[in-house]
Amino acid sequence: MQLDQLYQEIILDHYKHPHGRGLRDAADPADRVAEAHHVNPTCGDEVTIRVATDGEVLHDVSYDGMGCSISQASASVLHELLVGRGAAEAFEVHEAFVALMSGRGQVTPDEDVLGDGVAFEGVARYPARVKCALLPWMAFKDAAARAGVGASPTEVKA
Amino acid sequence: MTTIAIPPGMPQYDDAPRYDVAAVRADFPILAREINGHPLVYLDSANTSHKPRQVLDVLSEHYQRHNANVSRSVHTLGTEATEAYEAARAKVAAFVNAPSVDEVVFTKNSTEAINIVAYAFSNASLRPDGDPRFRLGPGDEVVISEMEHHSNIVPWQLLCERTGATLRWFPVTDNGRLDESGLTDLVNERTKIVSLVHMSNILGTVNATSRITARVREVGALLLLDCSQSVPHMPIDVVDLDADFIVFTGHKMCGPTGIGVLWGRSELLAAMPPVFGGGSMIETVAMGGSTYAPPPARFEAGTPPIAEAVALGAAVDYLTGIGMRAVQWHEKQLTAYALDALATVPGLRIFGPEVPVGRGGTISFALGDVHPHDVGQVLDSLGVQVRVGHHCARPVCTRFGVPATTRASFYLYTTTEEIDALVAGLEQVRKVFG
Repeated sequence: MQLDQLYQEIILDHYKHPHGRGLRDAADPADRVAEAHHVNPTCGDEVTIRVATDGEVLHDVSYDGMGCSISQASASVLHELLVGRGAAEAFEVHEAFVALMSGRGQVTPDEDVLGDGVAFEGVARYPARVKCALLPWMAFKDAAARAGVGASPTEVKA
Repeated sequence: MTTIAIPPGMPQYDDAPRYDVAAVRADFPILAREINGHPLVYLDSANTSHKPRQVLDVLSEHYQRHNANVSRSVHTLGTEATEAYEAARAKVAAFVNAPSVDEVVFTKNSTEAINIVAYAFSNASLRPDGDPRFRLGPGDEVVISEMEHHSNIVPWQLLCERTGATLRWFPVTDNGRLDESGLTDLVNERTKIVSLVHMSNILGTVNATSRITARVREVGALLLLDCSQSVPHMPIDVVDLDADFIVFTGHKMCGPTGIGVLWGRSELLAAMPPVFGGGSMIETVAMGGSTYAPPPARFEAGTPPIAEAVALGAAVDYLTGIGMRAVQWHEKQLTAYALDALATVPGLRIFGPEVPVGRGGTISFALGDVHPHDVGQVLDSLGVQVRVGHHCARPVCTRFGVPATTRASFYLYTTTEEIDALVAGLEQVRKVFG
């Protein structure tokens, strides 16, 4: 397997220069704020995702964590993709990312939906690393649900 | 240059037993594999060892020629299977110098062996006639250490939850040694059992147990040693160790998975109530109640891992043929070489003893702030197989302030060239993440 398929420049760049890292208070005091802390018990990676929302729009998705390049870059990409999105739209992106990671390299990602997230296509071919990439996304799902925006019909189905 | 001569009459350097590593490697079919276009460099034997053809052949031969259930048949195959199973027990007993073959209980692995002892404590505590050595309640104490594998932590946490006893532990020093400074306070008249790792699976530390054993005897407690990482790599003599129980597992010592060993002193095993109930562990069964077989059968309910036990016997034969002193010496040389070689890698920090004394061939390290998962992934692309993560010893990671480590571990088939490949691979990691 080619290592550069896994460690694409985009991933290494997000890892070395993370976007929007650090847990933040909501800018608007009226926002609902909730967070979720997820760990990967096999490797000890940790991430906390915090969502600030008025119930319609994700005003901020902030995060902090400790872990491998894949999990931390994934959190940075998640932040970049979801901040400022409508909740329904955010869950479409979430669904597309989960589908990409579950695709064992057989799913072609849509750059219009996933942005830098397309760089994780190679990670899907490494079953041992899929959990690393999904860690922040699963934490986001929990945090969003706690903030009251996670109960879309697709989520119930999932 | 001066040379230091060892005085005549003392053991000379060349007296150390040695063997032909290339010949040993030829016994292990998997070592011929390529990984990602590179020769396999397997540095994960502390996780599981590879199996020589001699063991694989016995495993296959058992199923092809002698397969039957044990201890219950009068037919020829049943007799052959039973004889092979019991012969394996005798081989294992001799391997650790057990005074009696009946002191060897076959289990699934070390984890199950520790749980059997922990549950024997629970069960004895629930019975009015439970042996006082195994009765545990509020005010009693169980002692472990901070460098235990989770399998020697969680069973005791659960036992303490069930009985109200208190769990205490030896800390670990900055050098990765067991901190015995609080020994007399830690092991006291309230202590019922001390359960300690003999060789750490993450730090590589080999614990000197004599002071602890002396204190355990003084207060009348019991001593269990988790020898999962020591029995495969050095001569172990249970009489010499003066422990009450030791546990180890077959798959780390050239044997198959699914077979492990609980060794216990006869009178202690005899005093322990059963843990698993079922076939083979009984004396007589009536609807109103049952009586139990003496050890080891009392602790081997149900059909055991027969072929695995027989193959473990073959693994013991294989290791004995090479000689455990020679295996130990080979790994000591490798460890010295590896510690020197790793010291040349910029930004590398070793967790555990940095000298090849009182330690085995298992070395955990951090490479700058590159996450171990990433280290392991780059090494894998070069064919180098190391373990990354918390190694089921998370308290050690917490102790040293890291979420995880990268670990290279050696065995009788490891070569210095493989250590060179690791060091070269770490250079590549630094390039990717530098």
